[in-house]
Amino acid sequence: MSDQTHMPAGHDLAPGDEEQHSVGTRILGYVVGLVLALLLTATSFFIAGTDLVWQPSIPVALIVLAIAQMGVHLVFFLHITTGPDNTNNVLALAFGLLVVFLVVGGTVWIMAHLNANMPAMDQIMPMRR
Amino acid sequence: MSMTATAGRAHADPHHIGLVIEHPGPAPKRIVTAYGFWVFLLSDIVMFSCFFAAYAVLADQTAGGPKGSEIFEQRNVAIETVCLLLSSFTCGMASIAADVRNRFWFYLGMAVTCLLGLIFLVIEFREFADLVARGYGPSRSAFLTSFFSLVGCHGLHVSAGILWLLTMMAQVFAKGFRADVLRRMMCFALFWHALDIVWVGVFSVVYLLGSGV
Repeated sequence: MSDQTHMPAGHDLAPGDEEQHSVGTRILGYVVGLVLALLLTATSFFIAGTDLVWQPSIPVALIVLAIAQMGVHLVFFLHITTGPDNTNNVLALAFGLLVVFLVVGGTVWIMAHLNANMPAMDQIMPMRR
Repeated sequence: MSMTATAGRAHADPHHIGLVIEHPGPAPKRIVTAYGFWVFLLSDIVMFSCFFAAYAVLADQTAGGPKGSEIFEQRNVAIETVCLLLSSFTCGMASIAADVRNRFWFYLGMAVTCLLGLIFLVIEFREFADLVARGYGPSRSAFLTSFFSLVGCHGLHVSAGILWLLTMMAQVFAKGFRADVLRRMMCFALFWHALDIVWVGVFSVVYLLGSGV
């Protein structure tokens, strides 16, 4: 493994690294990301406390806003893009997300149905005697 | 002979994306290191997802104790969120400064990142201390156990990140912008940005969803 800090053209990109840009362009990327993230955060906090919108829609809106903001962070701060030099990083991310959704979704799904699928406690207790 | 050359060419561009590398070998160390750290970060996020799952299941199990809406203060959470978000930005500025080897902006960016991280930790610590003082410690209910585990785990990560941040400043001070120091700096930036992503989940799911219920 060579110890160079900048990769030759046409090579894969390390996660977090950008394609060669000028300093101004790179700073602009972070500024855009910061503004978008601040907007999404402000919207989240506003939506959570307002009674201007239909109340049952608020949890869904909060989750959608959170996912959108995570996307903004991934693109503008971690520089995960759809470019061919980013394929490995995106694949690792996709696998991570798969496990996250299996763990969270599976847990919530199973635990929410646990009461319905188990006999009630007064039915279990006599069995033990 | 020509067969081998073609086979070598096909191997150099396995996905037919038009990027042909004439002498494919091990990737540069910067890519290998960052990729390995990226995989670690994803496993860290998987670990956080277990805490999130536990919180989602236990959020209503208050055992007669306080509900989320009774103990969360949205103003503090908003300040914490803005602190972490700005620190992610200044961390990005510091990594740009490291790449162009500008010591002044590197130290400034890292110092501001450290300060914002410390403000975040102080607010979180005072929130925890206040809850425990009111008798709402982690042993009060399953909801509070999962709350302290999830938010506390994130806080521990931020604390570790601040120690790492100070180490990076010391290493740049002592060793300069060497290739290995720059690799560590890149991993630190990835770690700090990933913590901010986890915090987006925390403030949305725990504080905002929790205070509405």
